Amino acid sequence: MEKKKVIEAQKINKFFFSPTKTQVLREVSFSVNKGEFVSVMGKSGCGKSTLLYILSTMDTDYEGKLFLDDQLITGQSSEKLSRLRNEKIGFVFQFHYLIHEFSVLENVMIPGLKLNRKSREELEYIALEKLKVFEMQDHALKKANQLSGGQKQRVSIARALMNDPLIIMSDEPTGNLDKKNSDLVFGIFRELVVEFQQTMLMVTHDLELAAKTDRTIEMEDGRIISA
Amino acid sequence: MRFSLIIEIARALMTARIKQTLVAAVGVTFSITMFIALLGFMNGLNDLLDGLILNRTAHVRFYNDIKPNEQQPLDLSEEFKDWFNVIRSIKPTVSRVSIYNNEAIIRTLQADKRVLGVAPKIAVQGFFNVGNVDLPAVLNGIAVEEEDRLFAFSDYVVAGDFMDLKYSANSIILGKGAADKMMADLGDYVQLTTAQGNRVLLKVVGYYQSGIGELDNLQSYVSLNTAQKMIGETSSYVTDIQVKLYDFNLSPGLAREYSSIFGIDADDIQTVNAQFETGSQIRSLISYAVGITLLVVSGFGIYNILNMMIYEKMDTIAILKAIGFSGSDVRYIFITIALVIGFVGGLLGLIFGFIACLGIEQIPFETEALPTIKTFPVDFSPKYYLIGGVFSLITTYFAGFFPSQKASSVDPVEIIRGK
Ligand SMILES: Nc1ncnc2c1ncn2[C@@H]1O[C@H](COP(=O)(O)OP(=O)(O)OP(=O)(O)O)[C@@H](O)[C@H]1O
Ligand SMILES: [Mg+2]
Repeated sequence: MEKKKVIEAQKINKFFFSPTKTQVLREVSFSVNKGEFVSVMGKSGCGKSTLLYILSTMDTDYEGKLFLDDQLITGQSSEKLSRLRNEKIGFVFQFHYLIHEFSVLENVMIPGLKLNRKSREELEYIALEKLKVFEMQDHALKKANQLSGGQKQRVSIARALMNDPLIIMSDEPTGNLDKKNSDLVFGIFRELVVEFQQTMLMVTHDLELAAKTDRTIEMEDGRIISA
Repeated sequence: MRFSLIIEIARALMTARIKQTLVAAVGVTFSITMFIALLGFMNGLNDLLDGLILNRTAHVRFYNDIKPNEQQPLDLSEEFKDWFNVIRSIKPTVSRVSIYNNEAIIRTLQADKRVLGVAPKIAVQGFFNVGNVDLPAVLNGIAVEEEDRLFAFSDYVVAGDFMDLKYSANSIILGKGAADKMMADLGDYVQLTTAQGNRVLLKVVGYYQSGIGELDNLQSYVSLNTAQKMIGETSSYVTDIQVKLYDFNLSPGLAREYSSIFGIDADDIQTVNAQFETGSQIRSLISYAVGITLLVVSGFGIYNILNMMIYEKMDTIAILKAIGFSGSDVRYIFITIALVIGFVGGLLGLIFGFIACLGIEQIPFETEALPTIKTFPVDFSPKYYLIGGVFSLITTYFAGFFPSQKASSVDPVEIIRGK
């Protein structure tokens, strides 16, 4: 059976203009299939994060074409991209970005509230279910800043899952965690892929973790050297 | 877009910075309070000062002016019709000052839907004879009840009962200034010689004080009948017809209309008292200017707090954008914060402004010139509350506009990369 492509990049070039014109991404082309767990590796400064920001539709200043779910998204309006991001992409950062003014439960619910397809009660139920996956349900009513680093990261993964996105992108999600927490988070990723056929794209420095993913894309100097 | 979510996020951001938010709101409250108090007080004074003249002045006055005949014999001559004639030293003719057929005119005016009431009047010139001194006097013969109904006559009768003017014959209400000069007490008799040379004795039944010294020295009041008797005229003799309208803005039109129908002269209040309008307009202009300046200053307060909030909450804005909030969603969040501050601050300002006005209204304010006034006048017209409320929302909207614009254009990549 032909695997369905979730995201596809075609000949992506990216330039930065300050202080001088430098090319950070060169002719980057690759795709991720549904249910695949792909990792991206490479030396520091080779353009991994830059690539991820482009894939996440947050950065629109690039050359080349980007398809999400077989739809060309290059050149779409920023309103449209926001909606796509809300519905189809989950993003996990290296630094657990939670909104400190809200409780853990509310943080997880926000993407759902924004999407506005389900009632608040339903969303609360779903958010609690997501938290249960990470054994965080007991902390649901805490404020986000009352959690430990590892706990925050688990909550932000739960938030990324809230709208059942097509793909979860993460930029060194374990980079800021100790071995134990890092294994825990990776274990969760693995589980999501195996049990829920969740598509994953993860940037990492950790060779050991990369080895446990389905496929590793290696980058050097803005180029993909092996996919 | 779910609007409640925007509000929820706005509320969370405000509670996180509750102190600064309150300070910004208090700024709005203060300026709206001042705005309301200032305008209420200023316009109360305006109304009072205008009322001093305007309430007691007829909106339209019909009379026969003493002036030279416009058609001199030379103009009527066939022979010089096509000539350019110059005549010097023309004297006014002895035209009648009484209004011909005034009863019919009064009836016609009373039937007009624009007219609130009509009061006939006779002006009599004369002198009070006090010992061997003659004091000039202008006596107004008035229809007592109508005069009171239309021009609040009784408000300015500071001693005695104004109705005595009607019920006792040959009675007079003296101007306070004239009464003081003559040392005439209530119940005393004063002697008056009219310009025609008739001498009459009049019984003092009251004092009249308008607050305008010049008037009080000169003007006194008698009834219409007494005035007619004094100058030896019949009861059809009337020199002025005073008209009060429901809407005094209609006065110039009405004056022109009836002046040409009846062929008599007419003055309207707007033309005669144009300077009062200008004075009060300038006073309210100044109060609006001060009030709006205060609001603009409080607008800067909101502008500051929002800028600070946005600077502090860059991370939150970046996350929201990464999650899928668009630029305009973020803008709405901060506009909402600004409007909530404006609304709450403004509402409290309106309430405190009202209380301040109640307070000002209690402050004693007694002056010789204004016998009916005991405390400071305040205008409670809802107009100012409406303007204050609307302006607080408008200024806060603009104060929130630029910061929220800035928030909406935050680039999440830059923030996330910056960590
Ligand atoms: N805003 C910018 N302006 C100019 N150059 C930039 C900018 N952002 C990144 N770069 C450059 O682009 C290159 C790629 O950066 P990027 O953050 O994608 O690297 P990375 O692979 O994620 O590295 P790391 O593993 O250290 O996170 C770097 O050389 C960096 O200096
Ligand atoms: Mg990076």
